[in-house]
Amino acid sequence: MRAFVEGIGLVGPGLNGWQASRAMLAGGQAYRPAPTSVSASALLPAAERRRAGVPVKLALAAGLEAIEAASRDAANLATVFASSSGDCDNVHAMCESLATPERQVSPTRFHNSVHNAAAGYWSIATQCRAPSTSLCCHDSSFAAGLLDAASQVAVDGNPVVLIVYDHPYPAPLSTARPIGATFGAALVLAPQASAGAIALLDIEFEPQQAGATRMDDPGLEALRIGVPAARCLPLLAALTRRSSEPVFLEYVTGTHLRMAVTPCD
Amino acid sequence: MQPLAITRYSAVNCLGAGSQALAGAMLEQRSGLAPCDFDSVALDTHIGRVRGLEALPVRSDLGAYDCRNNRMAQLAIEHDGFAGAVAQARSRYGAVRIGVFMGTSTSGILETELAYHRRAPVTGALPPKFRYAETHSTFSVADFVRRYLDLQGPAFVVSSACSSSAKVLGSAARMIAAGVCDAAVVGGVDTLCLTTLYGFHSLELTARGPCRPFDAQRDGISIGEGAGFALLERVGPKTDAGAKRLLGIGDSCDAHHMSTPHPDGLGARLAMQRALQSAGLAPADIDYVNLHGTGTRTNDAAEDRAISSVFDGATPCSSTKGATGHLLGAAGITEIIISILAIERGVMPGSAQTRQVDPAMRCNYLLEPRPARVRRVLSNSFGFGGSNCSVVLGAAG
Repeated sequence: MRAFVEGIGLVGPGLNGWQASRAMLAGGQAYRPAPTSVSASALLPAAERRRAGVPVKLALAAGLEAIEAASRDAANLATVFASSSGDCDNVHAMCESLATPERQVSPTRFHNSVHNAAAGYWSIATQCRAPSTSLCCHDSSFAAGLLDAASQVAVDGNPVVLIVYDHPYPAPLSTARPIGATFGAALVLAPQASAGAIALLDIEFEPQQAGATRMDDPGLEALRIGVPAARCLPLLAALTRRSSEPVFLEYVTGTHLRMAVTPCD
Repeated sequence: MQPLAITRYSAVNCLGAGSQALAGAMLEQRSGLAPCDFDSVALDTHIGRVRGLEALPVRSDLGAYDCRNNRMAQLAIEHDGFAGAVAQARSRYGAVRIGVFMGTSTSGILETELAYHRRAPVTGALPPKFRYAETHSTFSVADFVRRYLDLQGPAFVVSSACSSSAKVLGSAARMIAAGVCDAAVVGGVDTLCLTTLYGFHSLELTARGPCRPFDAQRDGISIGEGAGFALLERVGPKTDAGAKRLLGIGDSCDAHHMSTPHPDGLGARLAMQRALQSAGLAPADIDYVNLHGTGTRTNDAAEDRAISSVFDGATPCSSTKGATGHLLGAAGITEIIISILAIERGVMPGSAQTRQVDPAMRCNYLLEPRPARVRRVLSNSFGFGGSNCSVVLGAAG
């Protein structure tokens, strides 16, 4: 399946936007981790801004950066959200409340517990009523999101923004499901080459094991391994370097995605 | 879209295991709702519980995946000849050419809820036997189904609250159209847990008695549980003429509120219009609409406005949630199967539990089952986050 990458968004530890992170992704500058800095988008109405958890902020920051870079309008762009575990702080708080004798849960916590909470807040913030989906594929959630987004571009012929994000669980769930950092990224994918297109991706599902493409920088490689959403880093690095080497991405057991990258002029 | 054949389907819910139980209940206007007796839950509400799951562990080679949600998936796979039909498809296409796309809202979160009741006193640690990836993870059910059916194609879970298992048909249809798969197992599974029971209660959205969709006296939802599966394939010369078709699918966002629908049903209207457009059909081509119809004051009113803005008011509509309860992430596929049964049996379902239709409603709401020639059905599924999906099903030809 073919799709042109028109814009990239990135929010992670020491990664404050794709533009600001280019030298680190390309390998010219050493990666320096720092706590992820993300604030709520001003597009969210005041009530929603108060209620939004970290994943909502991540999704909005990464998604809006990619859409701005692509010179697209968020109000009419289809969306694909992918996350391995959703709003982990919220899951923990809910489970704690449900373990008390009173079992009093907050209505806001409950509506924030749905896996598509980020999609819901996104549509309120952007006033977008275009099709939207919210996916999970555990450690391979980015690969699943990319496959679904690419199929929308290929079959429906519409541009789409893919937004992937993860945020760590607090204890005690952090032991059962460790997620290394707060990380979000986004790609605007389109069926035709636009003036600012970065590269053409040709994505193939391949039903065999293949070693995933790794990051050269040990810190970025640790981030890639430690956070499911950060499995996108080798693709982002290839796009930044304008490399035409294929990128391999692990997918569900026994499979991978092979991405041929052709930089646009 | 290019129509796809639904060559096999199966369903389990509080009306029984297997789609015959569902069809029988539909014809007899039977409801499976009963006062809540789940786990230690002390709420004055009715639920649609599947009996006997406690004694049906998952297949031993997949024991790590054992939890209520995956037990429900297994029970549905083992009914209606579904496992056998998938085995035949596997030998026809190859395991790597069949995708698995599942919907769920809460997956196996019940395991985590129960683990939080048994944390270590000093460290707060969860019990050592707790397994996140195989139970709680939102992906768990698709992982389980893929392994259970020995499939090796692409897989993921769509989790968009109560539209989840309608949306999976869209993903599957695109994967088939793009040539990534030749067939797909799609479905939805959701099971009773504390999060949804206490969560909907906190929003004052659970009905005291059985839910009464579109009734003047409706006061909320009845939470149910269950699973539904369908096998999707391209239509070809060898396709069984009796196999019903997926004709169109449309989805949208409300862009309004996290837990309350747009008051005019704007997102719902867009989803229905997009589904009709995807099917290449006009509103007049639809014989019956299976409503989302949860039984809350605002949901039903908004859906009625949306229906009235798309259809002319004569199209018969009903909600079947008074019979099944609201299956949340499994609601979409369950009602798609009800829509297929309506076409096969020539009966439009009535609305178990609804006594008197709210006089403010303008749609042509069916209280009793109505025998009729049903060729095409539109089924609605709407969820939290303003996530809407409508699906058009039809007879072949």
